[in-house]
Amino acid sequence: MGIQQETHPSNPNQVPLIKVQNLTKKFADITAVDKISFDVRHGELFGFLGPNGAGKTTTINMLIGLARPDSGMIRVSNLELTKNPKFAQHLIGVVPDESNLYPELSGFDNLSFCGALYGLSKSEREARARELLETFSLKDAAHRKFAGYSRGMKRKLTIAAGMIHRPQILFLDEPTSGIDVASARQIRQLIADLHHNGTTIFLTTHYIEEAERLCDRIAFIVKGQIVRIDTVKDLLVPVQEKHRMIISIVHSGEALSIDLASLFPDFKFQSLSSEEIRIESVNPIRVGPLIKVLEDHQIEVKEARLQRPSLEDVFVQITGIEADAMRKEKERGTGNA
Amino acid sequence: MKAWIAFWNILLKDMRAYYLKPPNISWGLIFPIAWTGMFFIKSGSGIESILSLLPGVISISILFGTTSMLAVTVTFEKKNRSFERLLLAPIPLEVLMLAKTAGAILFGVVNAFVPVILALFLTDLSQVNWMAVFPAVVMIAIASAFLGLFIAVSVSEVFEAQTFSNFFRFPMIFLCGLFFPIKSLPIFLRPLSYVFPLTYGVDILHGAINNQNSMPISLDFLIITTFCAGLFTISLRNIHRKWIT
Repeated sequence: MGIQQETHPSNPNQVPLIKVQNLTKKFADITAVDKISFDVRHGELFGFLGPNGAGKTTTINMLIGLARPDSGMIRVSNLELTKNPKFAQHLIGVVPDESNLYPELSGFDNLSFCGALYGLSKSEREARARELLETFSLKDAAHRKFAGYSRGMKRKLTIAAGMIHRPQILFLDEPTSGIDVASARQIRQLIADLHHNGTTIFLTTHYIEEAERLCDRIAFIVKGQIVRIDTVKDLLVPVQEKHRMIISIVHSGEALSIDLASLFPDFKFQSLSSEEIRIESVNPIRVGPLIKVLEDHQIEVKEARLQRPSLEDVFVQITGIEADAMRKEKERGTGNA
Repeated sequence: MKAWIAFWNILLKDMRAYYLKPPNISWGLIFPIAWTGMFFIKSGSGIESILSLLPGVISISILFGTTSMLAVTVTFEKKNRSFERLLLAPIPLEVLMLAKTAGAILFGVVNAFVPVILALFLTDLSQVNWMAVFPAVVMIAIASAFLGLFIAVSVSEVFEAQTFSNFFRFPMIFLCGLFFPIKSLPIFLRPLSYVFPLTYGVDILHGAINNQNSMPISLDFLIITTFCAGLFTISLRNIHRKWIT
């Protein structure tokens, strides 16, 4: 797998805020990260996707100073931090995949404490804590202990804690993993707002649709190597040429798709379940003849819907891993529903 | 200045979150009282035995209050990943670890004076050299806290921290001259006594309280300071090696 580092000559003002070159990390005889190179520009929302064990966490840990690279170079805001990450830690905000604030402190005290770690004065950090609690709709819970917060509230406060010192770049590791739908939506909106306001964001997520919706550019990492970096728009180009339809029926799907394949040789059929068939074609799919054949075979069609090609297809194409399987694996790993 | 703000707030947070919790306060009070009572009854020699017991009870109060508390709190924070938050702060690792140990040191110093206050009501302490007692108490607290840090960095689970703490603490009760002199130990055990920093702190206290030190006090201070510097340096190196891999 080769590195496909794209170049962006179109906008010279897009100076990299993070520059990574030939970064390598080994654990004993396992190469967790293998000579990866990429850059993250000012104000960009950069997605970093890959299956479990691909090297995402090791890469992030090296970028934020929790792991030492074996070789390669990391620059953040032009500061070389391969040898001494402390140089740039004031520029970085980190939101880990687990909410790791202090359960015995209130939301307000947690934020104030995090501000103190970055040397903010008492008045400065308390004003900032109040501002963030307001922004994240946690004002009413400000003086409740963190231990008593719901999962969604914990995630929101953890993101707020990562932003207390107004970092130039925010690392978000699985920000919506394991929380309820409403909180996840709210967090996605917050991320979009932050991005809109010019914060540079480095996002890892197992929800491909989330990355597609939020990111400007995405890097795919597999087995420690970056296999593709591109804008979401450009990543989608190859899959957009395909047409896809899902047909829901009241019948066993598997035997049926074999019959259909012989009748419609231009289509590719895949049985998703006993009641769902996926059809792919490079030409537009005409639903009339398909339904007629099914009805002729006494099969009731419940629904036929076109499916928009998505980044998930790109991910599957690039990594060879079903995104759904990856998501479930992650959720099992974190104990999330 | 910025590092100082972080230092002070880590110390305050730890005091509020761990050391000033009712179970720890009650432990800090009950433990020295129980030890004092036990040895007082065991000695059977009346009020006059208090002065000879005081150095040991002070030392054990510091040791038990400090070592495991720090080892457990650091391991706990490492386990739930809140320690990562501290490692990500733009402050030198030395300042961070001094802030983490400062709470335990203060807790140890406060614990040390519980038996002293009790003794004030029971015996005459006018002969005590307080100018030596105060720095000795601080040095024992620092050495015990740094020992706790050393343990915290060496383990990954809270129960391991407790077990490993006891592995050091209980032999120290018998080997460091707390309640009986090192020279009364079997000859093959005596070299072990000098491996522990507590031996030197206790010797200063014996000198300051009963005028019964076995080594020059200045040498005791020098050795215990060297132990503290060594434990802190090794712990920092282990943090670099194990936690920032």
